[in-house]
Amino acid sequence: MAHDTIHTPNEGVRPLESSRLTGDATADDIESIRRRTSVFVYEWPVRLWHWVNAACILVLCFTGWFIASPLPTMTFAEATHQFVMGYMRFAHFAAAQIMTVGFFGRIYWAIVGNHHSKQLFYVPFWNGHWWREVFFELRWYMFLEAEPKKYVGHNPLAQIAMFMFMTVGITFMLLTGWALYAEGAGQGSLPDIVMGWLIGLVGNTQILHGIHHLGMWFIVVFMIIHIYAAIREDILSRQSMVSTMISGHRTFKDDRPE
Amino acid sequence: MSQIETFYDVMRRQGITRRSFMKYCSLTAAALGLSPSFVPKIAHAMETKPRTPVIWVHGLECTCCSESFIRAAHPLAKDVVLSMISLDYDDTLMAAAGHAAEAALEETIQKYKGNYILAVEGNPPLNEDGMFCITGGKPFVEKLRHAAKDAKAIISWGACASYGCVQAAKPNPTQATPVHKVITDKPIIKVPGCPPIAEVMTGVITYMLTFDRLPELDRQGRPAMFYSQRIHDKCYRRPHFDAGQFVEAWDDEHARKGYCLYKMGCKGPTTYNACSTIRWNEGVSFPIQSGHGCIGCSEDGFWDQGSFYDRVTDLTQFGVEANADKIGLTAAGVVGAGVAAHAAVSALKAAQRKTQDKKEEA
Repeated sequence: MAHDTIHTPNEGVRPLESSRLTGDATADDIESIRRRTSVFVYEWPVRLWHWVNAACILVLCFTGWFIASPLPTMTFAEATHQFVMGYMRFAHFAAAQIMTVGFFGRIYWAIVGNHHSKQLFYVPFWNGHWWREVFFELRWYMFLEAEPKKYVGHNPLAQIAMFMFMTVGITFMLLTGWALYAEGAGQGSLPDIVMGWLIGLVGNTQILHGIHHLGMWFIVVFMIIHIYAAIREDILSRQSMVSTMISGHRTFKDDRPE
Repeated sequence: MSQIETFYDVMRRQGITRRSFMKYCSLTAAALGLSPSFVPKIAHAMETKPRTPVIWVHGLECTCCSESFIRAAHPLAKDVVLSMISLDYDDTLMAAAGHAAEAALEETIQKYKGNYILAVEGNPPLNEDGMFCITGGKPFVEKLRHAAKDAKAIISWGACASYGCVQAAKPNPTQATPVHKVITDKPIIKVPGCPPIAEVMTGVITYMLTFDRLPELDRQGRPAMFYSQRIHDKCYRRPHFDAGQFVEAWDDEHARKGYCLYKMGCKGPTTYNACSTIRWNEGVSFPIQSGHGCIGCSEDGFWDQGSFYDRVTDLTQFGVEANADKIGLTAAGVVGAGVAAHAAVSALKAAQRKTQDKKEEA
């Protein structure tokens, strides 16, 4: 018995049982929470990626909008020296390349990182407990549950959103974006060798522009939901949200097991 | 003496001087992007190789490809290549008509089995057993299959043969179908455009004669030497695009200054063709130079990409006037409103609970 701690381990109690059954909390997490007031969830590469990715998305949406619908015509220098659209596209391409590297880095970290770093990339489709928790979380968002449950990583509903908007969404934007970039880079260039097949598959790249543009709105919709849910849950749920994105530690507001 | 004449023989017979012939060879080498050392090779091929017989058939089309072809910038291309082609079969341009013309087709197929090039202008409609296009008393699709059977290679002239063009635009009632979806067992070169550039057309034929092989094709089966870059990549207005200087409305100050037509819906950034380098009508001009955006006529399904004057194209699946921005803004607005309402209810619920807790404490 650890008499020299401020917490009294309660061996008979099994904390976060439903979170464990859905594949969210690991045995280590549960042992950790017996001893400490927080669980360490997100390692530094995951947190760094989150914020770099967020910055990239902001730059990409902003510049992407002005690539499709450019700023009003300006004439403050000779055309050669006035690179307004050029810089807009440069920022878009630079942010996209950082995002690409980041995404591959994130995939690498999902392989070598801790249990929670993998949650973004899959949906535990065959786990019955997980589906039950999805519906529980849905009821919480429809105001039909008085109190939310505790989760170590993403709650099941958030996991679906993360997978659909980030894993699928970013993959879609990277594929279509690099195919469009391959057009400018030219046939035989590296982007063309890697992604040119998509140009051939789609045929008319005007379609690629269209679906890439729709993809931006898909991500914008995610941003609205994501930021709202993070702030709302930080206030109303029984655990930390926003500070977890910065420190990586999940803290809980009460000591009840579920 | 059943030998087939060479191209050079035909040219000389047409009264073309050797000097003009050499000019044609060097111009063609330049158009194909070959070094000057290839000029004698082209000349040699033209002088010694028996000319390649060409059968030129017409399906659902408007004959703009032929119109373009006979206006090739270099008159030799017109006189020579065209006269050589019409010697065999081209139902629009040949002297013979009716049964005589159909007999000429059969004779060419028999005589040059496996050696002739089949040039297809237009495409076959497949609906109602092909009854929407009848030539020589039979559905065109039958004639196409028949002529394709013994062809060495097929050239799909224009957007019709390559992609379907206007007759295949949605909803495509006649089920007009591009050639490569009907003939699947022959090498096919697509030369899209509505019409294709004349020099591109003669260039492709000359290349095939000189080197006895198909030109290098890109992923979509188009000759890479003419279709590997976009109009945008070689557009003389590109500096204005990079500078962010656009025509904002027809006839505005910027239009007069020759600024970029991107905002007027120019499809140059998504169109692969040689218009901005070879240009049209003996290199006089091309659409963007004359002040109108590119409409993307050499791209697959260009009729179905919304207005010629929009950059962000309409998506008719979501209503006639909807485009990606309208759909996206609507979705973001609905989600935003939903989030606001949800936040309000959440706040009320939380306040309600606090009062209840206080009551319980009391």
